Amino acid sequence: MNRVFAQIFLGLLSAPVLGTALVTAAHAADPAQASGSSTNWLAIAMFAAFVGLTLWITKWAASKTRTAGDFYTAGGGITGFQNGLAIAGDYMSAASFLGISAAVMYAGFDGLIYAIGFMVGWPLITFLIGERLRNLGRYTFADVAGYRFAQAPIRVFAASGTLVVVLFYLIAQMVGAGQLITLLFGLPYWVAVVIVGLLMMVYVLFGGMTATTWVQVIKAVLLLGGVSFLAFMVLLQFKFSPEAMFSEAVRIKTELADGDLAKGLSIMGPGKFVEHPFSTISFGMALMFGTAGLPHILMRFFTVPDAKEARKSVLWATTWIGYFYILTFVIGFGAISFVLTNPSFLNPDGSLIGGNNMAAVHLSNAMGGPIFLGFISAVAFATILAVVAGLTLSGASAVSHDLYSMVLMKGGHDTKKELKVSRATAAILGLISIILGITFEKQNVAFMVSLAFAVAASANFPVLLMSLLWKDCTTKGAVAGGFVGLATALVLMTLSKAVWVDVFGFEQAVFGWTSPALISVPAAFLTIWAVSMLDRSTNADKERAAFPAQQIRSETGIGIAPAVDE
Amino acid sequence: MNEIEKRVLANPKYQELIRKRTPYGWIMISIMFFVYYGFVLLVAFAKGFISTPIASDMTTTWGIPLGVGVILTTIILTGLYVRRANAEFDPLVNDIVREAQK
Repeated sequence: MNRVFAQIFLGLLSAPVLGTALVTAAHAADPAQASGSSTNWLAIAMFAAFVGLTLWITKWAASKTRTAGDFYTAGGGITGFQNGLAIAGDYMSAASFLGISAAVMYAGFDGLIYAIGFMVGWPLITFLIGERLRNLGRYTFADVAGYRFAQAPIRVFAASGTLVVVLFYLIAQMVGAGQLITLLFGLPYWVAVVIVGLLMMVYVLFGGMTATTWVQVIKAVLLLGGVSFLAFMVLLQFKFSPEAMFSEAVRIKTELADGDLAKGLSIMGPGKFVEHPFSTISFGMALMFGTAGLPHILMRFFTVPDAKEARKSVLWATTWIGYFYILTFVIGFGAISFVLTNPSFLNPDGSLIGGNNMAAVHLSNAMGGPIFLGFISAVAFATILAVVAGLTLSGASAVSHDLYSMVLMKGGHDTKKELKVSRATAAILGLISIILGITFEKQNVAFMVSLAFAVAASANFPVLLMSLLWKDCTTKGAVAGGFVGLATALVLMTLSKAVWVDVFGFEQAVFGWTSPALISVPAAFLTIWAVSMLDRSTNADKERAAFPAQQIRSETGIGIAPAVDE
Repeated sequence: MNEIEKRVLANPKYQELIRKRTPYGWIMISIMFFVYYGFVLLVAFAKGFISTPIASDMTTTWGIPLGVGVILTTIILTGLYVRRANAEFDPLVNDIVREAQK
């Protein structure tokens, strides 16, 4: 299988290489033509190739997916390297690829500050969470958080935390997908949303975690290949001198500001993003802790055989993600030089054709011609598809494993039924996300990703960390603290500009920061601590007494469930 | 607590693992915190320095190497942790598991 896979995959990779050979010929064509909303057949063909490959993998995966373990965790047989790519794939969404490169093109250095925020959560996972997660859990992070606690309350909390994060993230991805695909492929918005929803359902329903992981791995490699080529071409133009790239960018920005050098130089230092320091710190906190609380990321640690592979996978993931963000920064600066100066990518008022986020897409046309444009468009589509599949699977596990199997059936084992519930939930989540994706078409959904991160940071993360590492933590403390974090994050986000002003239309935001994390994260931790300390029940004593046994398993893996499922 | 767990708990190597690994994790986290929030605070309160070119005839500002440095630090710290875990913690864990199952 691996060999066949590698062959197909190299074939796919050779597409952009071939593209460069054709650049000169293709470059004469009007670039705007391909990036407008006319049907882009080249991009569609490449995307169809990707879909064909992934469906073939899904078919193969389906033949291997029999037990609940196969469905939720690919039977625990993914290697650290593969899982590292899959994690990186989950994290490198279309939003971060297109959004951050565009942010760099507009604001320069601010885009880098933003990208760094997405990096710093990873060490937290490596140093304290990843290996322990693998040793204690099987299918969902609630297995870990609720290891020594009363199952019903902790599972209900974990499922709520998971579903809130998954739904907001899904809506943001679906709306983004619809808009992007409409633009890149010239398809109607609703068609795009339905295609994404249906394909994602096929991957998850039939192929479970095995298919979802491989779709993610392929997409991660394609995306990394694409950005590498793009950044390489940009640097080549500047003879690999970043200094030359920066000074050219400043020159162009100065020119665009009618000769105002201060404005041109502003891209080389902090700008608007840090006008309100506390807001920036709060946002950074949401990104850092939120990463360690995203259910679809945490779920990936159960797909590897042991703690050592889990550790290896975070190292790979961190490396790829760091590499990706550094290249995204180069791409953003490249876009200043080759997109902002090319009238064929611009509307008469100087804005980008197709909207603010199209910087990397236009740049791919400028650097590699229509073929590379088609490739990058197809990769962006594939990215969304892979990310929504991962999200759906993690939402489905929360419902079937945490709510159905552990709460409703009280852990009574009927794996067949649990699998059915999981598949049904995946289908329902798919339908919901199609409906919500279409409903929210005209809404600004950017805040939904920050909301997902804020909830992950304020609800899932504190409960996970405290239950893992603090011996005096009790069920009551964890559940109370988790819900306090969840509620605080939701309420403050509702009162902030993104919802209060932009959605509800009030004049002024009640809560002034971009992210509630600086308040809601400590609120969750304090509540967990206070309620646990005040908890004098006999159950609480039992839970505290169970800590040493939990610790033995989390540190050594003794008693770990075998990868092979019942 | 079962027999195996009791044996683990009584094993000095397990005590050594607990004594070493978790504090090491916290130290590494603290370094990451210090680096990241140090960078954020510099960006927020020392804008002038961050926007200063690294040499008088250059456009590249201090912010660029510092920012890229934070990303690289993340990867390097992770690498250091993984190296120590492979070299030191894994053998300890293997010993503990083997000795517990005798």
